Amino acid sequence: MDLAIMGTGTVGSSVAELASEYGHTVTAMANVESGAIDADGVDVAAALDRQRTDGMAHLGDADPDDLLAAEYDALIEVTPVTLGDAQPGFNHIEAALQQDNHVVLANKGPMAERYADVRALERQSEGSVRFEATVAGAIPVLSTIEDYGPGTMTAVRGILNGTANFILSRMAAEGLDYEHVLAEAQDLGVAETDPSFDVEGTDAALKCVILANVLAQGDREYTLADATVEGIKDVPGSALELAREDGRTIRLIGEVADGEVRVGPRLVPEHSELAVTGTTNIVQLETENAGRLNLSGRGAGGPETATAILSDVGRLE
Amino acid sequence: MSDPQDEVRAYTVRLELVDEPGELLRALSPIAEHGGNLLSIYHERGNLTPRGHIPVEVDLEATPDRFDGIVEALRDAGVNVIEAGQERYSEEVTVLLVGHLVDTDLSDTLSQLRAENGAVADLSLSAPEGVGEPSSARLRLQTEQGAVNDTLAAVRSVAEEKDLRVVEPLAPGGDA
Repeated sequence: MDLAIMGTGTVGSSVAELASEYGHTVTAMANVESGAIDADGVDVAAALDRQRTDGMAHLGDADPDDLLAAEYDALIEVTPVTLGDAQPGFNHIEAALQQDNHVVLANKGPMAERYADVRALERQSEGSVRFEATVAGAIPVLSTIEDYGPGTMTAVRGILNGTANFILSRMAAEGLDYEHVLAEAQDLGVAETDPSFDVEGTDAALKCVILANVLAQGDREYTLADATVEGIKDVPGSALELAREDGRTIRLIGEVADGEVRVGPRLVPEHSELAVTGTTNIVQLETENAGRLNLSGRGAGGPETATAILSDVGRLE
Repeated sequence: MSDPQDEVRAYTVRLELVDEPGELLRALSPIAEHGGNLLSIYHERGNLTPRGHIPVEVDLEATPDRFDGIVEALRDAGVNVIEAGQERYSEEVTVLLVGHLVDTDLSDTLSQLRAENGAVADLSLSAPEGVGEPSSARLRLQTEQGAVNDTLAAVRSVAEEKDLRVVEPLAPGGDA
């Protein structure tokens, strides 16, 4: 399949690098400053090398705006998340679908904030929209829900943000306070310089909102405004210590149940399946006929997220 | 579905007995006579109630109809029944409270919860930075069967009033 990759950050670069391994060709790729377009296949290694050494403007000679008009079968939308109108991601999706191309997203914005709009565009197009990579990175959550049938899921909960989980599990294990562990996480590259999106629960909430939209099957549309969200910044070490004395621990849990979307720090048994440590993510699916499924693995990272994107591309063939 | 009136349930009855020979037997006979099944008797002989009586706790099983008859018969027999009800606290829920617990009057917080819920079974407080800084408390609350969500709602409302943070269990009363 021919791929056009919009966004050449960690995830977009990984998709470009891995595409040929999965039997696909990158015919176009672009960042905000420049693009590389070649109907016969972009020389990915050379383009990314130029971007690395000389900056974003040197990915290629093409105008990034020309990417959407290039020849491709599936648009890979991996631009940064934006809230509200979810632009420019939403416009990219619209353009691709209007040309009857497929869209595969890792960008959570459009599926969390404008789910119904995206689905409406998809209905008028020959192309399909897939978004496995928006929820829990490499973990096949959405395809499992699709395979089992969203109607057979009674609830979904889990740990959907590796940064927050790293911080809470380090605080619990080492008896350190939030600020100390955050600084350590930033040194390790686990937390961003501005960690607010992760530690305030927004990132986990967007994933839960997407899950709620999938489970609702169009009966109701959810956006971030429908979620009750609390972060982990004011969870002190003393709270983790009190939890530990009682055989429990605290994790930032996202939950979709009974039409409610809720993200916040919760008490869980210390040795329960949910209490994963480090940056690991876990998703529990409560099914009507098959009990509980636990899916865990890496919820973020370039090659991990690229794997989810490429498995979506595989499902489009 | 069976008629709930025919369903046998567990009850706890607290009685006060005068310290005289034969009193316990006199108190128990109306239970058997009215169709109750005695499960256990806790006779606190060394302990006296404020009125100088001996407290006895009796667990029994009966249908709701028969239980009403038992309580009536006990009262008719002159036995002082302090409390007669279904097992009062059969569920527990543990929560953490975080914030200025001491400055916002912890004992008032606890009495508010007690008024709403009946029983704070256990409290642990941790204030490593001293009372001026945010501290944490772990509360084990006992609650009536099926009332865990009401109890949590009461905790939330007290916490909101005092600007405290609540860390709730993922599956109240369950084993997530």
